[in-house]
Parts: sequence; structure tokens; C-alpha cells
Amino acid sequence: MIKLISLVPLFPLIGFLINGFFGKKITKSLSGIIASGSVLASFIISILAFFELESSTHKQNIVNVFDWINSGDLTIPFQFLYDPLSAWFLLIITGIGFLIHVYSIGYMHSDEGFSRFFTYLNLFVFFMLLLVLGNNYVVSFVGWEGVGLCSYLLIGFWFKNTAYNNAAKKAFIMNRIGDLGFLLATVLIFTNYNSISYTEVFEKAGTASTSTITLIAIFIFIGAMGKSAQLPLYTWLPDAMAGPTPVSALIHAATMVTAGIFIIVRSNVFYSMSQEASSFVAIVGAITALFAAIIGTLQNDIKKILAYSTVSQLGLMFLGLGVGAYSSAVFHVTTHAFFKALLFLGAGSVIHAMGGEQDIRRMGGLKGKIKITFITMLIGTIAISGVPPFSGFFSKDELLAHVYEQNKILWLVGMLTSILTAFYMFRMIFLTFYGSFKGTHEQEHHLHESPSNMTFPLIVLAALSIIGGLLGLPEFIGLPNWMHHHLDEVIKIKNPLMLSHETEATLMGLAILSAAASIYFAYMLYMKNKVLPVEKENEFKPWQKLVFHKFYVDEIYETIIQKPIDVVSSFFSKVVDNQVIDGIVNGVGTFVKTSGSAVRLLQQGNIGFYIISMVVGVIMCIVLLTMAIN
Amino acid sequence: MLGYTITQWLFGILSFLAIMFGLMVVFSRNPVNSVLYLVMAFFCIAGHYLLLNAQFLAVVHIVVYAGAIMVLFLFVIMLMNLNQDTEPQRTWLTKIIAGISGGLMLFVLVGSLKGSEQLQLTTYGASQIGLVKNLGKVLFSEFLFPFEIASILLLAALVGAIMIGKKEIK
Amino acid sequence: MINGISINYYILLSAVLFIIGAVGVMARRNSIIIFMCIELMLNAVNLLLVSFSVLHNDASGQVFVFFIMAVAAAEVAVGLAILSMIYRNIKSIDTDLLSNLKN
Repeated sequence: MIKLISLVPLFPLIGFLINGFFGKKITKSLSGIIASGSVLASFIISILAFFELESSTHKQNIVNVFDWINSGDLTIPFQFLYDPLSAWFLLIITGIGFLIHVYSIGYMHSDEGFSRFFTYLNLFVFFMLLLVLGNNYVVSFVGWEGVGLCSYLLIGFWFKNTAYNNAAKKAFIMNRIGDLGFLLATVLIFTNYNSISYTEVFEKAGTASTSTITLIAIFIFIGAMGKSAQLPLYTWLPDAMAGPTPVSALIHAATMVTAGIFIIVRSNVFYSMSQEASSFVAIVGAITALFAAIIGTLQNDIKKILAYSTVSQLGLMFLGLGVGAYSSAVFHVTTHAFFKALLFLGAGSVIHAMGGEQDIRRMGGLKGKIKITFITMLIGTIAISGVPPFSGFFSKDELLAHVYEQNKILWLVGMLTSILTAFYMFRMIFLTFYGSFKGTHEQEHHLHESPSNMTFPLIVLAALSIIGGLLGLPEFIGLPNWMHHHLDEVIKIKNPLMLSHETEATLMGLAILSAAASIYFAYMLYMKNKVLPVEKENEFKPWQKLVFHKFYVDEIYETIIQKPIDVVSSFFSKVVDNQVIDGIVNGVGTFVKTSGSAVRLLQQGNIGFYIISMVVGVIMCIVLLTMAIN
Repeated sequence: MLGYTITQWLFGILSFLAIMFGLMVVFSRNPVNSVLYLVMAFFCIAGHYLLLNAQFLAVVHIVVYAGAIMVLFLFVIMLMNLNQDTEPQRTWLTKIIAGISGGLMLFVLVGSLKGSEQLQLTTYGASQIGLVKNLGKVLFSEFLFPFEIASILLLAALVGAIMIGKKEIK
Repeated sequence: MINGISINYYILLSAVLFIIGAVGVMARRNSIIIFMCIELMLNAVNLLLVSFSVLHNDASGQVFVFFIMAVAAAEVAVGLAILSMIYRNIKSIDTDLLSNLKN
């Protein structure tokens, strides 16, 4: 099966081609089946290959697809690398991707762009698989750009809405800034190691100087910042919620945004060798985590809350990467993919039930009306809040333990983040599902549970959110941490947890306590005291206002980047283009016209005059010629 | 005779006649007279060809120019009924300017000749290339292709002349 | 038998004939006369070509003259056809009246 690993990206590509070319001609259900079926086929192959890899001792499998670029010293084969890391990501992408495809069939059933949606979705899966499978930075870069493109297309899926289009452009541009970092890193790697293939580069990683390695690591991280929405390039992700909800679930929560994590885990050698780069990653991750969590506490749009929560969780993962806890970060990626996809799909189901309403102030009391959605979303919320024995607890705990070992302050930031996470997630649950209904009468009448093809993925993901923790049980109480062993091969420089069992147990207890306290606080606030989020802005206290407006980051960006560019471009358009360049162009025209009308007078149609001019010309020629000869 | 050979005498007389007839072409008022003077000038030039032992060209020249082209001119003039002087004259200023520029050109040409080597033409009888036999050989071997092209050109001119001359083109 | 004539005299003769033609073109208004003057200029050039051909003992010059004659015949045929066409249309062959392209 490993030999057939190229089929994994091929199936979604075929699905993309079929839906892209014939989407308009085939029925909706057929187009949905083709799209989901292609991903399911990839998923099945991924599973089979995964078990083959598990039982084999040969962990690094290189599959050469074709020779791609051969130019001088530069050889870039189109190769796939199938190792435990890419195997695991393949499972996440195809597995969750399949569930979300199924969900989309129900969610998008009445949309006119149904087949277009699946075209993009399949294309996205294809590129994501390429990114994960590639055996060199260039193949990964193709996937990297491709997912960015699909993200753009899907955010702006309802392209008739200008605000959505702007959100799509914003995401694209932000990603582009990061992509430049990735590209620079690739170039640096090539110039230093004369190769860009993962396997070769990592073997001779140590041959470059430490400063070069730091530079490479930081450039890769800049790429990751853009894709994984880290400070300062995170603002596109909340806006990206303009896309259809399954897109938010698949791309902007479960898969694409974890590409940044993936690429850093893939290049972990560089980070292990460079303390500075690692610290940088950890600090950026920690700040992002806390920052986004604070903003999340006052958001009212159900999808925005989840978006900020995603940014925050990604920050936590980067914090983990920064302290060398690569396998823990991958573990958290996995569990996060489960529960965040679940939460987004649940939110989609709620929005579906509410007829498009996304504001949690207009909801409330939904728990009886949409039972399955409620239960599954509650499971997701508990999982993300870090309540044992749900999956989020194990991954977050393992990650924070690593952080604690390295740096206490960063650990505190991480703890604070998870406390806030538990708070705003339960705030969302309480406001949405409890209390009295606050929407219009029409919406209340409309309330209904989603069809089974939407609830089925919810149930599967809920189950995974519950049991996902089994993948990485804490080792200190004698349980096997499967994830850790699985990725053993991939992590070049190991960083085992050296904390004493007592400390680990204490940390675990603290985490449980703080989560419980936070949930209780949210319960008191929103259930007992029935506090409602304020409707009008002037009722906010100053700090609330600051948080509500997301610390005015968008406005700051607008002032320091957009405004100067606007000024410069309007200068160029009004002065340079309109006057200088147009002046030159029009000037040439005017000159030709004026001189033409002057010279035109010579052509008065008198043949005798022409001949006299000709004779004079001939005389001149002969005179000049004789003068030149003598 | 006065120290000149007979060839030189012939050259002088023919040149004088050619120039004189040329001038008559330009100055004659009646177009028919112009044509006749031009024919005379062509005969003089044909005489020059004979003097240069270019017999073939001399004959062709008389046949083509005097025999064909000039007859064509005459026909056209008669067709247009231009046999008397109906042509409006140019102003004297234009004529003077024309004369001056012509004189200038002559001056320049002669001036550029001044001081150049006096190359004598070689032995008269030795130049056999102008004979029909020799020229024919060259024409049908080395220059066969241009020769055929020239025939196509003439054909095209024939067709073109008919096309243009037709009364109504439908 | 020595020819005894310098090539310069031929050049001179050709130049004079050529300029007579040129002056004729400049000074007359009748298209047909202008046409004839052009023929005269052509002949001046022909004469020069032949004399140089004899000077260099090379047949190419005379062959060239032969071709010029062929082209001149073609030119005259077409040119006179055009002139008669013009005459038919504007009842004149005065060059000064042929200035429709001016505007």
C-alpha cells in the first residue's frame, strides 16, 4: 500500500477534475458522492498504508513520482515522503475531510454553487495532501500555495458579497506575507545545503552555521505564522469565517491552519539546533494564545468565537513546539482537529437551524430543540476546556507540562489561556443552548434538527473527541503514550519530559481545578445571574471596549500599513501616472500630430515640386559623397 | 582629319545630335513633335551603341524604343487629340528654378568627375561581348531565370494595361 | 582599331542627357512629355551601362540594359494605360490637376 501512496492525493484530484469540468451537468447528489467518495478512497488507502507502516521497521519511505525540475545543480524530483508524521497527517486530513464532505452535502444542499463548492473542497484536499506528502520544500510549497488559493476561493465562495470578497483577499494577502518567509527559507536551505529534499537536508543540517540555522528556522516560522494565523498575521482567520461553515471546519480549524505546525515539526532539526528560533516560536505562540483567548471572551458571533479559539489553540501548539514538545504538539493538533471540527460543524448545525443567524445574543434555549447538536457540541466544549477524560485534557496537559519544564512564565500564560478558553467556550454554550429563546418568532418556528448526513459526522467526531486522549496517555502513571513512540523516528533530537511524577501530578490537578473553576464562573455569570452580553457599545467598560474591538489590531494595521500605501498609490496614480506617464504618451502623440500638420503643407500635390526636391536631394547626396571620398 | 580619328568624329557628331534632340524634346510645344525628336534622339543613342560594338542592343533599342514605345506614345497622343499646343505653361519662376537645379546637378556631376583618371576604352574590335552570339550565350545560360521572369513581367504588364484601359470594370 | 574615346566623355554625355530629362520633368506640365523625359533619363543610364560594360569587357552590363528595356516596355504600357484612363476621367493630363491626394 505504501507503494500506492501517490493514489492518496490522486483521488481528490480526480474528484476535483470531474466536479470542475462536469459539475454543472451532473446532479447534486452525484457530485457530492464523487467528492466524498474520492476522499473516502484516499482515507481507506491511508489507513491501509498506515498499518503497513506500523508493522514495518522501515519508517522512511520515499516514493518517486516523476522528475520535476532538473537545472544545473538544482534537482527537484516530485517525490513523496511517507513516514510516521505524514502518515498521521494523512489520516487526519482524509478522515476529517471525509466527514466534513459528508456534512457539506447536507449543509450546502440548497446552494446554487453546490458542485463548485465540492470542486474547491476536493482541490483543497489534494493540495493539503501534497503539502504533507512532499519530500522536499518545493513540493510542499506547491501544496502550501495551493491550500492558500483554495482557502481564498472558499472564503470568497459567496462572491456576490463584497465583505466576503474582502475577507478572502485579506486572507490571501496575509498568507502571501508568510509565504515569502517560506520561500526565503527554501532558498536559504538550497544555498546552504545544495539540496532541498527533507531527508538529505536533515541529515546534514548541522553543517551550516548556527546563525544560518536560526535564520532558516525563523523564515520557516514566518511562513507558519501566515498559514497558522499567529501574531501579527492572525487577523485573516476570524474574517475567514465569511466562508461556508464546513470550510471553516475543514480549512480554518482542522487542517490548513495546522500546516504551520506540520512544517515546523517536519523541520524540527533546525529548531532543536537553534535555541533563539525556538524561543521566538514559543514567545509568539504564547502571546498569540493569550491574546486571542482574551478577544474570544467578548465575541458574540458563534463562528468568530470559534475562530479566536482556533487562533488561541494554535498559539498553544506553537508554544509547545517552541519548547521542543513536537510530539505533544502533533497530539494536540490531532485532538484539536477532532473537537474544533466538531464545534464548527455543530455551530454550522445551529446556524442551519436558526436560518442563518450567527449572533449568540439572538439564540438561547436551543438544547431541547436540537438535541444531537447540543450534546455533541457540549462534548466538544468539554474536550477543548480540558476536562478529563476527554481528549483535550490529555493533549493540553502534556503540552503544558513540557512548557513548565522549560519556562514557568510561559507556562503561566498557557494556563491562563486554557482558563479563558474554558470560560468563553462555556459562555458560548450557555448563551446558545440555555436560557430563553431570544430570536424572532419566525426563527423559533423554523428551529429543527439537521438531517442525518449532518448529524452523523457530528456523532463520529464527538466520539473521537471523547476517546482521542487514548492516543497519548500520560506516561508517568505507567500508561503508554502511543503518539510519542509513533513520532520517535521523525524527531531527530529528542526532548523527553524530565519532571518528577509528583510535579506532573500537581500540574494535572491544577489544570483540572482551574478548568472547573472557570466553568463554574461562567455558570454563575451566565446561568445563575443570567448576564447577557450588552447590546450597545456605550455600555461597555473601557477595557471591555478594547477587547470587543479586538484591541483595534485591524485599525492599527489599517493606519500604519494601508493608509500610507493608499497615499503613495494615489500619488502614483494621480501625479505620476496621470501627469508624467500620460504626459509623455500624449506628448508623443501631440508632437507627431503637430509636426505632421506642419510637414503636411509640403505635400501640396505638385509633381514638379516633388521632382525639384528630389533633384536637390540627389545633388546633396552626390556632394556629400564626393566630399567623403576626397 | 584635324587630328581626330573617324570614331572620335562619329562620337562627337552623335553626341551633339543626341543632346540637341533631347533639348528639342523638352522645349518643343507640340507633343507630336516631341515624340518625333525623341525618336531621333533614340536613333543617335543606337548609333552610340554601334560605336561601342553593342550590335544586339543597338538593334533591340531601335525595335523596342523607336518601333514600339514611341509608336505607343504617338497613338496615345493622337487618341487624346493633343497634336496642337494645348498645354498650359508653367510659370517662369518654376522654369528658372528647374533650370537652375538642373544646372546645379550637372555642375556637381561634372565636378565630381574632375581629376579622375582618363580611362580609355579598349581596342574597338576586341570587345566582342556585344555581339548577338556572345550576348545570347550569356543571356540563356547565366541569366536564364531573370530572362524568364522578364517575360512574365511583360505578360503581367500586358494584362494590367488591358485591365486599366478597359472602359468599364465590372 | 583604337576607339580612342575616354570613358569620361560617355559619363559626360549621359549626365547631360539625364539632366535634360530631369529638367524636362521639372519644367513641363504635360504628363506625356514628362513620361518621355523619363524615357530619356532611362536611356542616358542605359548608355552609361553599356559603355562601362565595354570598358570592363563584361557582358553583365549589357544584359542589364536588355532587362531595363523590357521593364521600360512594361512600364510604358501600363503607364500609358493609366494616363488614358485619367484623361478619360478628367479630360486632361495636366499634372497640376492631379492633386486629389492632397486633401
